[in-house]
Amino acid sequence: MIVTERLGKRFGDLQAVEDLTLRVNAGEVFGFLGPNGAGKTTTVRMLSALIGPTSGKAWVAGCEVGKQDGELRRKVGILTESPGLYDRLSAERNLEFFARLYEVADVAGQVERYLRLLGLWERRHEPVGGFSKGMRQKLAIARAMLHEPQVVFLDEPTSALDPEAARLVREFIGELKHEGRAIFLCTHNLDEADRLCDRVAVFRTRILALDTPAALRRQLFGRSVVFHLREVAPAYADRLRALPGVSSVQIVDRRLVVGLDDPEGNNPQLIRTLVDAGADIQFVGELRRTLEDVYLRLVGQPDAAETS
Amino acid sequence: MHKISILMRKEWSEVFKNRLVLGTVGFMPLMLTALPLVLLRVMGGDGGLGEVGTGDMPASFAQLCEGLSGAECAQYFFVTEFLLLYMLMPLMIPVTIAAYSIVGEKSTRTLEPLLATPITTIELLAGKGLAAALPAVAATWLSFGVFAVGARLLGVGPGLLAKLADPMWLIAIFVVGPLLAVASVSFAVMISSRVNEPRVAEQLAGLVVLPLLLLFFGQVSGLILLDSRLVLWMALGLTVLDAVLLAFAVQLFQRESILTRWK
Repeated sequence: MIVTERLGKRFGDLQAVEDLTLRVNAGEVFGFLGPNGAGKTTTVRMLSALIGPTSGKAWVAGCEVGKQDGELRRKVGILTESPGLYDRLSAERNLEFFARLYEVADVAGQVERYLRLLGLWERRHEPVGGFSKGMRQKLAIARAMLHEPQVVFLDEPTSALDPEAARLVREFIGELKHEGRAIFLCTHNLDEADRLCDRVAVFRTRILALDTPAALRRQLFGRSVVFHLREVAPAYADRLRALPGVSSVQIVDRRLVVGLDDPEGNNPQLIRTLVDAGADIQFVGELRRTLEDVYLRLVGQPDAAETS
Repeated sequence: MHKISILMRKEWSEVFKNRLVLGTVGFMPLMLTALPLVLLRVMGGDGGLGEVGTGDMPASFAQLCEGLSGAECAQYFFVTEFLLLYMLMPLMIPVTIAAYSIVGEKSTRTLEPLLATPITTIELLAGKGLAAALPAVAATWLSFGVFAVGARLLGVGPGLLAKLADPMWLIAIFVVGPLLAVASVSFAVMISSRVNEPRVAEQLAGLVVLPLLLLFFGQVSGLILLDSRLVLWMALGLTVLDAVLLAFAVQLFQRESILTRWK
């Protein structure tokens, strides 16, 4: 549904996006992560035919960017970073306006459907200027979906939403995925990206890494087991390092963090070795690396596990 | 046309909820229609001007008073001054509407979702432009119509009434007026691309009335004579100017310009 080949965008001397090559399939939620100013918004604007690329090519929903922009815009929905709604118009009138611009056949039906789906039907006649941030965000999501786009770009969809509303939106995204739409999700909520996304790309002007969250965790950190001991001695670490299958051993406070390829296979041997050495083991568990750890490692910040 | 009309209806339903805009659009035609009628009423069919002769008028103006008595010529002189002031409507009203329409969208960040729709740049500019210009043109024509009917009801002489149907008036109201509206909208678009506050845009774009005011004071002082020839030249000049300004406005209204270069 989205294919880019060495896509790039330059503004004067500034290379905002460079050599972007990716593919997003139908029925996939693709996370696009990066720090502020990384070029995420520029990328989304190129892929939604709001601005043109300066190099490379892209196809979205079968339309080539820069050559079939009008048709492309009919097939994509976009939730911009700021909801961008007309405060003096009611929720219903806001949606009707955009539905007509998108040439929706059944304007009234679609407007009602999405207002009900997002819990705004009872407030449809009220001016949007009186809506809370969360309600405005939900209305903007409805606006992005009115014309049933095949590809949806969502920029921070759950920002400003209370937990209940955020959950509703996440479930909504899940439904869109099951309907076979391609979802391109920009978010700073890495926990949400970890839960929702099939694959993620960490991006800063160019792609730093692209894979499933689990694969990225394995590639960058491998797997680690943490032994919580009553007291830690360097000798314990030395004994573990000598064992096969152990890639690394770190002492962190009263914990031994052991890098392993196969924790399930190696753990019994490690436990026996520590007990034989006189260690009092209080707790054993696998170190859970998060997508945040991956992200921070890739963008050059110390990850949370190392600093905890 | 369909998307243009959708956009125009949205603009009107939103912009006219703004009291400042409503005030400008309502007050100006009211004032510029009422004032000349009041003037005619005060001056009366004769109004104490019985002793006034065409010799009392600026010589350049007197030549336009063929067939009119001295008093009628005096009335015609004052009413002609208002013709230029009528031209304020197609200049100021579009500026006010366009400033709130375009800069308002910038400040509320509604431009990007709008640009993400299938609407073309030309449709977008036409929708915004017509939404600003049509009320101004309608107000100008309606005001002129009300003034003409009012003058008739006030018992103005047939000679003076015939002058109001002179090509000068008709070209000014029905040709120059719309051309001024187009120029005003284009100017407002250019200003709006650089400012972030509707009132600032309105004030800056209001500078567009300066040439008209110069013309007004030129006529009052007798330096300029507003006749059919001058009005025709204005129409021609404005046509060229509108073409140039529209070209600039279209360039400014490209999606990439709006998203990356508008402040």
